[in-house]
Formats: sequence, C-alpha cells, structure tokens
Amino acid sequence: MRIALMRIAECLPAWRWRRPQGVARPFIVLSLLVLLAGLASVLLGAGEVGPGRAIAVLLGGGDAEARFVVGSLRLPRTLIGIAVGVALGVSGALLQAMTRNPLAEPGLLGVSAGSAFAVALALLLGASAATLRVSAAQLGALVGCLCVLSVVRMRGVGSDPIRLVLAGAAFSALLASFTSLLLLFDQRAADEIRFWVIGSLSGRRIDDLIAVLPSLLVAGVIVLAIARPLAALALGERVASGLGHRPARVRLLVILAVSLLVGAATAIAGPIAFVGLVVPFAARALAGPDIRRALWLCVPLGPLMVVSADVLSRLLVAPSEMPLGVLTAICGAPVLVAVVRARRMPTL
Amino acid sequence: MNHYANLAELEARALSLAYGRTPVIDTLDMTLPPGRVTAIVGPNGCGKSTLLAGLARLHVPGAGSVLLNGDDIQRLPARTLARQLALLPQQASAPEGLTVMDLIRFGRQPHQGWLSQWSADDRQAVHDALAAADLEDLAERPLDALSGGQRQRAWIAMTIAQQTPLLLLDEPTSALDLGHQIEVFELVRRLAGGGRTVVMVLHDLSSACRYADHLLALQGGRIVAAGPPNQVVTTDLVRHLYGIDCTLIIDPDTGAPLLGNIRRAHPSSA
Repeated sequence: MRIALMRIAECLPAWRWRRPQGVARPFIVLSLLVLLAGLASVLLGAGEVGPGRAIAVLLGGGDAEARFVVGSLRLPRTLIGIAVGVALGVSGALLQAMTRNPLAEPGLLGVSAGSAFAVALALLLGASAATLRVSAAQLGALVGCLCVLSVVRMRGVGSDPIRLVLAGAAFSALLASFTSLLLLFDQRAADEIRFWVIGSLSGRRIDDLIAVLPSLLVAGVIVLAIARPLAALALGERVASGLGHRPARVRLLVILAVSLLVGAATAIAGPIAFVGLVVPFAARALAGPDIRRALWLCVPLGPLMVVSADVLSRLLVAPSEMPLGVLTAICGAPVLVAVVRARRMPTL
Repeated sequence: MNHYANLAELEARALSLAYGRTPVIDTLDMTLPPGRVTAIVGPNGCGKSTLLAGLARLHVPGAGSVLLNGDDIQRLPARTLARQLALLPQQASAPEGLTVMDLIRFGRQPHQGWLSQWSADDRQAVHDALAAADLEDLAERPLDALSGGQRQRAWIAMTIAQQTPLLLLDEPTSALDLGHQIEVFELVRRLAGGGRTVVMVLHDLSSACRYADHLLALQGGRIVAAGPPNQVVTTDLVRHLYGIDCTLIIDPDTGAPLLGNIRRAHPSSA
C-alpha cells in the first residue's frame, strides 16, 4: 500500500518539487493518518477486548479489564510506537544524507545490531535499570555508527551504495553471533534478551519511554541545528565547505544524533529493521531531494509505519502476535529491492 | 556597473601544500590581480587543483599562508570566508531532482544565521544570480534535466548568489563539449566584467589564453610563468609544460596566442 502511495506521489510532480513551506500540507495529512493509526492501535488487539469495549473506556466508562488493557497496555504501546517511529525514520534520513547513500539504514548498517549487542552485554552483566540499558544501547549505537563511518571512509566502499550495505550486513551478522554467544553464558539473561532482541512493542512499559525522552529531545535539538549544513552536504563535502560549513563537525553531530535516536529506539523496542529505509524513501518521494523538507515528513511517516505495522502484527495471526520486525521487513524488503534494481540508483 | 568596489585581494606567501609526506606545492608566492580572470594551467599532477584547494582553505598549508586582504584565511571563521570567497569544485554533483532554484538558494547559506529566515536580500540575490547566468526560464527545472552547459551555469549561479568578490572554479569546463564550454567561459567573462576576481583551473591552454587576463603556469608545484597570456606564452613554455612542440599564432580577432601544428616534442629538441 505504501508503494502504491509512492507511485501516486510520483504521478503528481507538483508534490515533488515544492518550496520548504510546501511540506506543510503533506505533514498535516500524514499527522492525521498517524492519529487514525494510533486510534486503531488503542481500539484493536489480539485479545478479547474488542473495539466496542475499548471505545467505552475512551468515553470514560468501560469495565476494569478493558480499562487495564487500554490504559496500561495499548496506550503505552501506541505512544512507544510513535516515539520509535520518529526516532528510526529520522535517523534513517540523517544517515542517508550523511553517507549520500539511499540504502543507508540503522538496521542494515549494523547500528541497531551494535546497540542490541551492547544491551545484551549490559543485561548479562546484571544491568536492569531502564536508564542504564538506554545508555548501553546508545553507546553501542555510537560504536556501530563509528564503524559504519570508517567503512564509508574506506576507498571504493563509500561510492558504491550496495557495498556499504554488504559491509553493514556482515557487521550485523558478526554482532548477532556475538549476541547469541552471550546467550549461552547465562540462562536468566538469555530469556530476557530473547524476548527483547526480537524487536516488538508488546510488553514495553511507559517508564521505558520516559527514560528515553531526554535523549530524544537532545537529538531533536541537534537535528534542528544541523539541518541546513546537512542539506548543503548533499552537494558534496567541498561545496559544503565553500558555503561556510564544517563537514567534519556536521558529520560528528549526525553520528551523535543517530546514536541517541537509534539507541533510544532499540532500548525500548529492540532492533527493528527497514523503518529507517522505507520512511526516508517515502519522505523523499513526497518532499523532493532537500533533506530539510524530507526530515519534516519523516516525523509523521515513521510513526505511521511503525504503529500500523504494530496493529497489523496483532490482527494478522490473532489471537497470537507476529513480531513487529517481521512486518516491517515485509514492507521494507520490496523497497530495498526496488531501490537496488532501479535502473539508475538515485544519487543523494 | 561595478558591484565590488572593495575588491578582495588574495595572495599566497611562501605557501607549501602536501598530501601526507608528498609535497605538491612548494613555497609558492602569488597575488591574484583583482577584478581579473586568472587561469591556473599546467600538466596533470602539477598541483593546479591542490593550489586552488589551498586558496579556498580546503587544504591546510604545511608552511606559509594564504592571505585575504592581509588576514590569514586559516584564522577566519568559516562563514566570514564564505562571504568573501566562493568555490565551485570539480564535477560537483547534486541529489536527483534538485531544481536550479533549489541549488542557487544554497548560495545564500553563508549570509543566513542559525534562526534567520529567508530575507528580501536573499530573494534579490537569487533573482540576480538567475539573471546573470541567464537561467530565468529554467529556474524550476531539475538539474538532471538540463544540458551539461546549463547545469554548469546553474552551479556557477549558486556561487554568484553567494555574492563574493572572489570566485574559484576548478576545471569548470571539463566534460563539456565545445559549445557548452563557450557558454561557461562567456559567463565567467561577464562576472569579471562585474568586478569579481575569478580564478579557474584549466586543462586547455588555448581556452586559458582566450578567456583569462592572467596566466599562472605551474610545473612541479612551482610557478614557472605568470602574466598576461600574450606575454608569457612561448613555444619554450609550452614545451616545458606539456612536452609538445607547436607554432604560436596570434588570433587576429582577440590577440590571444593560439597553438598550431602541435606535435610531440622530439627528445633532442627538449
């Protein structure tokens, strides 16, 4: 459906080459869709509390069970989905702009895997406080990011989008096997880690979200500060320098923002792939090539993808649930193939 | 009309540039004639582009300095420098779908603060740049839908919108066919006519003679000749730079030296 949406967007050239203020309308429309998806997420579930009982709760009534399911399970889950969507969508757009590679994505490049490995390590070493886990995830994401950057810097890799993704896949696989290795050491930690590395929004608590809010805010401020130089970086490092920017500093701030965002998202929901690929892809189709416009649309598009995928994950195989990562992969893999197979790789 | 009454003077003092331990530019002194077009010429690997990068502060000097109106450019804030000196690197590329207008607007970034909005000055500068590069009709076109010459004019228009007295162009005509090269060169001449100081790295000595007021001939990281083309270009210089023999002809219409009967220099005559 998302692809169909993009096809439609491509047929409307007026949508694509707009002035900055031109993103206001798609931003509002997408935000309304996020509200709808959020409402669906609160009303629908795999369990016994159906839309009727949930609506009763929203209107101030309802029975105790429905109040618990809606207030303590579905509402936090929805809010967490929104935060995770924003974080992953925006960080994908940042990474793609920085590497000038349309395939750069936290999940594909190993940033999420680095984050997940760090959390697994922290759990094994006995960490349990929510904030400690967040810091571990962000530190892991930072290391993952730096590895990505050094790969980009390698001769011949940065210029070829597919090689970068291959390097990222190898890096992710390495970290995943390290994570599995950790599971062998400690059975108690293993259960907790297994539940967490799948990548899901179910069973996550609102405290997890509150713990990551400060870092999301800091990342937001960084993104606002670097949006303009980052847009200039799309014209090449030398052009950006010529326009009075300092590319090395901008890149450092991007890495910092991506680490904060991906670390936060991974700490709450576990590694979720493809959101950072699909969301910026759709945002560019709607907003054109300027990262400043695309970033604005990533803010509603990310939650739209994550929350709708989460709702579907509850409904498709009810009464049990599908892992969220499976659904995002189902959405994302065709986009990945489409981008790679496009006769001309879109240059960023 | 001269927009740049206060001409910026750019000079190199005992400038040395190196890649790691490989020296490229060796204690070089030069001053750019203000309001004129200077062409840097020389064989491949002579350090032309490196010198340009050094002048634009993309390359930190190993020794010596580049002075802008007497101030070391290494000590200037990046944005201050970007309001004095615009740079167009070799074969710049833009993201797919970016329009001419989008590109030119980037030229205003050095003039915008963190929170400052798009101002009337910015709008005027972009409008002037579009007009100067003769791109008004193409403003909303994506760059990838333009011809090579139009695209290069759009890039130059971005640097025009930067409204700097100094403009540095690295091989602005490489990969363009002859007609598109002339489009670009004529635009460069018009800019110098408006009072800008233009420096360009060029591969083609004949174009350099035709369109530059001042030549800097580089060989092995040193300046081997500097001055107006019809004074400094000799058969000896051409042989020294490129290892070719030629007959120099004076273009009857422009007075610029032309290279005729070009052939590889015979080892005995070199």
